[in-house]
Amino acid sequence: MDLKKIGLCWLAALVTIPSQAKDMPLNLSQGVTDISGQVYDLHMTIFYICCIIGFIVFGAMFYSIVRHRKSRGVKPANFHESTKVEILWTAIPFMILIGMAIPATKTLIAMENSDDAELTIQVTGSQWKWHYKYFEHDLEFYSVLATPKKQIENKLAKGENYLLEVDRPLVIPTNTKVRFLMTSDDVIHSWWVPEFAVKKDANPGFINEAWTNVPKPGIYRGQCAELCGKDHGFMPVVVIAKEQAEFDAWLAEQVAKQQAREAEEQRLLAMQLSEQELMDLGKRTYDQFCSACHQPNGQGLPGMFPALAGSEMVTQDRQGHIDIVLHGKAGTAMAGYGKQLSLKELAAVVTYERNAWGNNTGELIQAADVQARKNAAD
Amino acid sequence: MSSVTDQTLDHDSHDHHHAPKGLMRWLLTTNHKDIGTLYLIFAFTMFLVGGAMAMVIRAELFQPGLQLVEPNFFNQMTTVHGLIMVFGAVMPAFTGLANWMIPMMIGAPDMALPRMNNWSFWILPFAFAILLASLFMEGGGPAFGWTFYAPLSTTYSNDSTALFVFAVHIMGISSIMGAINVIVTIVNLRAPGMTWMKLPLFVWTWLITAFLLIAVMPVLAGVVTMVLTDKYFGTSFFDAAGGGDPVMFQHIFWFFGHPEVYIMILPSFGIVSAIIPAFARKPLFGYASMVYATASIAGLSFIVWAHHMFTTGMPLFGELFFMYCTMLIAVPTGVKVFNWVATMWRGAMTFEVPMLFALAFVILFTIGGFSGLMLAITPVDFQYHDTYFVVAHFHYVLVSGAIFSIYAAAYYWLPKWTGYMFDEFLAKAHFWCSLISVNILFFPMHFLGLAGMPRRIPDYALQFADVNQIVSIGGFAFGLSQLIFLAVIVKAARGGEKAEAKPWEGAEGLEWTVPSPAPYHTFETPPVIK
Ligand code: HEM
Ligand SMILES: [Cu+2]
Repeated sequence: MDLKKIGLCWLAALVTIPSQAKDMPLNLSQGVTDISGQVYDLHMTIFYICCIIGFIVFGAMFYSIVRHRKSRGVKPANFHESTKVEILWTAIPFMILIGMAIPATKTLIAMENSDDAELTIQVTGSQWKWHYKYFEHDLEFYSVLATPKKQIENKLAKGENYLLEVDRPLVIPTNTKVRFLMTSDDVIHSWWVPEFAVKKDANPGFINEAWTNVPKPGIYRGQCAELCGKDHGFMPVVVIAKEQAEFDAWLAEQVAKQQAREAEEQRLLAMQLSEQELMDLGKRTYDQFCSACHQPNGQGLPGMFPALAGSEMVTQDRQGHIDIVLHGKAGTAMAGYGKQLSLKELAAVVTYERNAWGNNTGELIQAADVQARKNAAD
Repeated sequence: MSSVTDQTLDHDSHDHHHAPKGLMRWLLTTNHKDIGTLYLIFAFTMFLVGGAMAMVIRAELFQPGLQLVEPNFFNQMTTVHGLIMVFGAVMPAFTGLANWMIPMMIGAPDMALPRMNNWSFWILPFAFAILLASLFMEGGGPAFGWTFYAPLSTTYSNDSTALFVFAVHIMGISSIMGAINVIVTIVNLRAPGMTWMKLPLFVWTWLITAFLLIAVMPVLAGVVTMVLTDKYFGTSFFDAAGGGDPVMFQHIFWFFGHPEVYIMILPSFGIVSAIIPAFARKPLFGYASMVYATASIAGLSFIVWAHHMFTTGMPLFGELFFMYCTMLIAVPTGVKVFNWVATMWRGAMTFEVPMLFALAFVILFTIGGFSGLMLAITPVDFQYHDTYFVVAHFHYVLVSGAIFSIYAAAYYWLPKWTGYMFDEFLAKAHFWCSLISVNILFFPMHFLGLAGMPRRIPDYALQFADVNQIVSIGGFAFGLSQLIFLAVIVKAARGGEKAEAKPWEGAEGLEWTVPSPAPYHTFETPPVIK
């Protein structure tokens, strides 16, 4: 009986999964840029070369398997070398490869030339999110996976862009040469958008260059390509390309918003938030930024990420606690959130950690307390 | 040397009366056949353990979403699966074959350094016990991929890293000892008249492999030690904050890693070059060019390593150099394939199980070579790199390449080892089930990669769901098919139709001149080769 039920479940899974899935292309995408088109052409050329060689080699082999079998009563020949043939089948592949190397070299040279870029964006990877900074403008932000945890845990139906959606996509103008400067705050990541044929590693302590020039407005999705730890599969890249005018408007709006946020921060310093407010915001912030490692219940993962529930630092060392949230801890996976979160969020999350899961210190941390520690570090 | 015959008598009586029995026989043995058997059993056991991990991976990837394992455990599975298959399955299997066959092929009484031979095997189980035990540590085992890129493996790893480093050191020592033994044996113990250009190709390819091992295993030992000191002793080889460079890790690792992939395929070339002529009843085409091609592949393998690193941000000149060298390595590889096909051409072929595996090897390895050639084209590699396309590539060359050749070898020489013919029906079932499932398992991975699925992820976007499901089904089928091999081996070890000294009509070589099963000691008086 039970076996039958289990069998039925699997059957149901087999039938339903494909129906909710999108069609997958079977070939490399041509992409949208001039470069990605060239890359696609190279891919097809080398693929056809392989097909032709395969056709000849496997053809000869199958012919031989069919015709030259003992059961047909053939007598084996006895030849076992021929300098002429051997030179020929060394030289011909060599020529083919030279023919292949020429266009590949041309495309590679074009890809590596990031001169004359009109817009520069610094892309910083960290476990497990991307940070974008517009070099020529007063704008920077983090871009984090937007797929709800419930969908990943199969408690909610998965959305169309499951795992390929972020809270704040990178926005770039169309028909503009955009240069990316890649780096990382912790381990190696790799920033990849297949439609642009751009994949470049983000190495901690070093800067890599890449560029693109997107002719068509649209939403382009990619993923981190280099294993970067636990949530490597959960740090997508989303880029929106907008027409120049639209982009300019978006940029102006974002810059204004960022400035407003900074002004708000200053105002906050003089304010006291209530416990309720701090704990609510703190929980939201914690679940989004901290729980991947320290776990929603504050227990951490033994041997990997320390528990916060009952932790000595959290329950006693108030300054140390604020400092580690602000600046991270060198030589460990603990990153600093001083750049990423607002003063209000930082204050809230520290308050939350000091009062949740039985930590009950009863202390409230206010924005001004966080600012004080920030100043102390400068 | 003058008293060879007396010694023979002595040895025989010694073994028959005083040799330890039971467990001690295997622990203390210095006999190349015993040690070969130990290596082969160990390799197959590890193959099943690593395979079980692959089943976990494929079960998790059967559907989108996380259902069975945590991402951190998933990463441990991919890491340890890779390490076990490379260092625990493929390499020991080749060493086992070398132990069994090289002395018999060159007319030597044993390996040249029998006590070291015992050691090089017996430290291996400890290495893998340590590696496997690390999975049960707090925080789990190594989770940074078999390539253990820094700083994921240094600053950001947990304490199982220390055990991982220690285990790799032991594996490396074992490999180096095995390689020294192979070289010393081949150079010194060839029977009179067994000149270099008469050596069976399996011996040639293993000789070259052994030199590769001696050249690069110390590099691996160096790089794991640097990981260890970076993590525990305050050095900064791979940490930019201390003046180091994480990309340097990759250069050192792949300077070992690329020759390593040839370490895992050159002996296969030797095996297939023995089997195809045997069942085509025609001498190997282009023996000399096979030797030269093997040597040039080995030479070139030292100057192509950075093709694994095209996206790390190398200068243009570096990218071009490594692209050209990598394309070049396809030429000698092609020569080998052409030679095998020319050997079949106008032969009189039969299709016993060893031949079936050898033929499948030629086709499927070549498919892996084609995807290798595609990966060599740097601008396109930017798209393929770190996707399932690469996973498809290296599984074609390693599973349907190296492992199929090991199966071919096992079936080819099994009658010599056990003295019995294996169950042909079961063996054919093993072949066909493996052949079909291996393609269902790995071929669609090309499509996944081209469509943009990164490797080493525990969960994926919905568009990849259908193909992953097919791949997983192929994976389970391939896993189950390998149990048939276990059945064949157990059956053949117990009995069956008696095998003749030379059970395969067209087989050539000294190993077929001794009875089946091969006596405990062979060629105590060296044969004379005309
Ligand atoms: C024609 C010959 C071959 C060429 C041109 C070739 C080329 C390449 C290239 C360019 C890559 C890097 C792909 C990437 O990460 O983007 C690669 C990966 C790999 N190749 Fe090959 N290959 C060849 C044959 C082989 C053989 C014979 C083996 C082993 C038996 C092998 C094993 C591997 C492995 C294990 C990897 C991936 C390692 C990893 O990243 O985990 N390849 N190959
Ligand atoms: Cu390589």
